[in-house]
Amino acid sequence: MEITVRDLVTVVHGMFFGALLLLTFTGAAASLYAMSASSSGWTPTSSQQRAITIYLAVMALLAWTTVFLGAYAVYPWYRAIPPAGTHNLAAYPQRLLMSNSLTVGWHDIGMEWKEHLAWFAPISLTAVAYLFSRYGTQLRSLRALRQAVSGLVALAFASACIAGFFGAMLNKNAAVRGGAQIVIMRGESR
Amino acid sequence: MSDETARATANGPAAAAVLSAGIGGFTLGVLSIIGDAFSGVAHALNFWNPTGPLSGVTDITIVVWLVSWFTLSRLWGQRNLELRRVNLATGLLFIVGLLLTFPPFMDLLQGK
Repeated sequence: MEITVRDLVTVVHGMFFGALLLLTFTGAAASLYAMSASSSGWTPTSSQQRAITIYLAVMALLAWTTVFLGAYAVYPWYRAIPPAGTHNLAAYPQRLLMSNSLTVGWHDIGMEWKEHLAWFAPISLTAVAYLFSRYGTQLRSLRALRQAVSGLVALAFASACIAGFFGAMLNKNAAVRGGAQIVIMRGESR
Repeated sequence: MSDETARATANGPAAAAVLSAGIGGFTLGVLSIIGDAFSGVAHALNFWNPTGPLSGVTDITIVVWLVSWFTLSRLWGQRNLELRRVNLATGLLFIVGLLLTFPPFMDLLQGK
């Protein structure tokens, strides 16, 4: 059982930071719903507000880490240009996808959209974390502001979902692999 | 109302945070499409070669977003604004930004 360095970084980018970010949206949605659901809804205490603010700040941090790791570590491996005459494109995912009419769309639409769209999430979530830290206990009575926060959270969730979906499909069709090999365990070959 | 209470309840800082996020999204969309449409712009946006023009698109977006947030916060810090209008403007900026990053829409605009 082995994994390459590029595999590992891609897994950390998508399956750790990205997937963890998607999971955390449930907490943000539950908090917003509890505050907005009814006229007798929940108003957080100052210590609860502090906890939610930290939670949202961690979400923003997860989103920033995911996009920076994706754009500045994984993406350069994805878009690497093969030397002239290279026939085996396994180490050049972008070129591998573009070499087949059945997979070129994963690059032309999937990656081309994902590489930009994903950045909406950290920007939105940073604003959400700030708004909660500044107005948390007052959000209950500030309807327009609550709507803005809900909209930003929804936008961040949608962009993270779309980017995550395309990331998974891209890696399924043309995995980012290579670099040093990390052997996790050895078994007996049969 | 004391100055401190007024400062705490003023929605200007909220409006600044919300609108600047929209400006960031809009900037991202505009830079994406002009980088895609003009090779000279793509070359100029190539801040870091391994990542290519995406490095310039994202770096400039972050700078524009933060500068607009800082500027609007300074302008609106003590004020109360009609937040629904700010929300509407932000929504429109995000929608345009999203459309400008969507490859089929980019191709349509460029007549490809």
